[in-house]
Amino acid sequence: MINEFLYMNGYGLYVWTAFFFTFLSFSTLYIVIKIQYVKEINKFVSKFGALDSEKEEVARTQTINKEILSNTQSI
Amino acid sequence: MFKFFEPNKIFLITSKAPKYVMAIFIVVLSIGLVEALILSPEDYKQSHSVRIMYVHVPSAWISLGIFSLITFLSLSGYIFKNKNFFLIAKSLAPSGLVFNIVALVTGSIWGKPTWGTWWAWDARITSMLILVLFYIMFLLAWRIYEDNEKVFKITTIISIFGIINVPIIKYSVDWWNTLHQPASINIISKSSIHSSMLLPLMIMTAAFALFSLLIFLMKYNTELIKIKNKGLDRL
Repeated sequence: MINEFLYMNGYGLYVWTAFFFTFLSFSTLYIVIKIQYVKEINKFVSKFGALDSEKEEVARTQTINKEILSNTQSI
Repeated sequence: MFKFFEPNKIFLITSKAPKYVMAIFIVVLSIGLVEALILSPEDYKQSHSVRIMYVHVPSAWISLGIFSLITFLSLSGYIFKNKNFFLIAKSLAPSGLVFNIVALVTGSIWGKPTWGTWWAWDARITSMLILVLFYIMFLLAWRIYEDNEKVFKITTIISIFGIINVPIIKYSVDWWNTLHQPASINIISKSSIHSSMLLPLMIMTAAFALFSLLIFLMKYNTELIKIKNKGLDRL
């Protein structure tokens, strides 16, 4: 039964290749975008850490900055 | 009216949304795969090769939809001078390009057992290939030009020229004699596809749409953090 499912009347190779290519493309895109995201977050954290206390106070008042910092814990 | 589109407000949602979208995507995709590969029947003419439709058609629909949205956003951004529209358009483009490539490659794989050839320079396939070129030009423009005003202008021009191709893709099978079959699904008139095949097609379309939303959210967040990084340099 499993062989039948994989073979698909001789069309298995085409069907599985199409599905495999689709999910390979999805995975590659997801990984590339995730790497870019993590890279930017790390850059942000290191830049934020390098700020003096006065500038850090100013930066902390911005909504997005606060949100980015809270997100760094989930990476 | 555009206060809703302020990055500060959007980021509060977009930064939290990816994990939920990812969870829903996995559930919908799992159901879609079971429907597409196991429960849906084989075609009386194409046999099991028809299952390729469940990845090919949603990919094609979404790539066309994303390009239309990109054009709408670029034009709106240009008319209303809203930079965030351009940022949203830029964040949509990578998934649009990937869906376009998936549609072309899976179409080619489907073509071999159905038409006996991997590729034909017919109107539908060639116009889809042209859309890939427009996606590449759009993304390259963002990489090449540093000046915001210039990149806004150029990407809007690219999207306007590219959108001319979208109705050509849609109606190519009606206007010309093509190897590609005409549309089986119609919103206005009755679809020629059976409900046992329509259901998995719709579920897979929903799954793919969720995936493009996930990629968009992640890319958009990355772009906003990039802007914030520049902001920290200026402090």
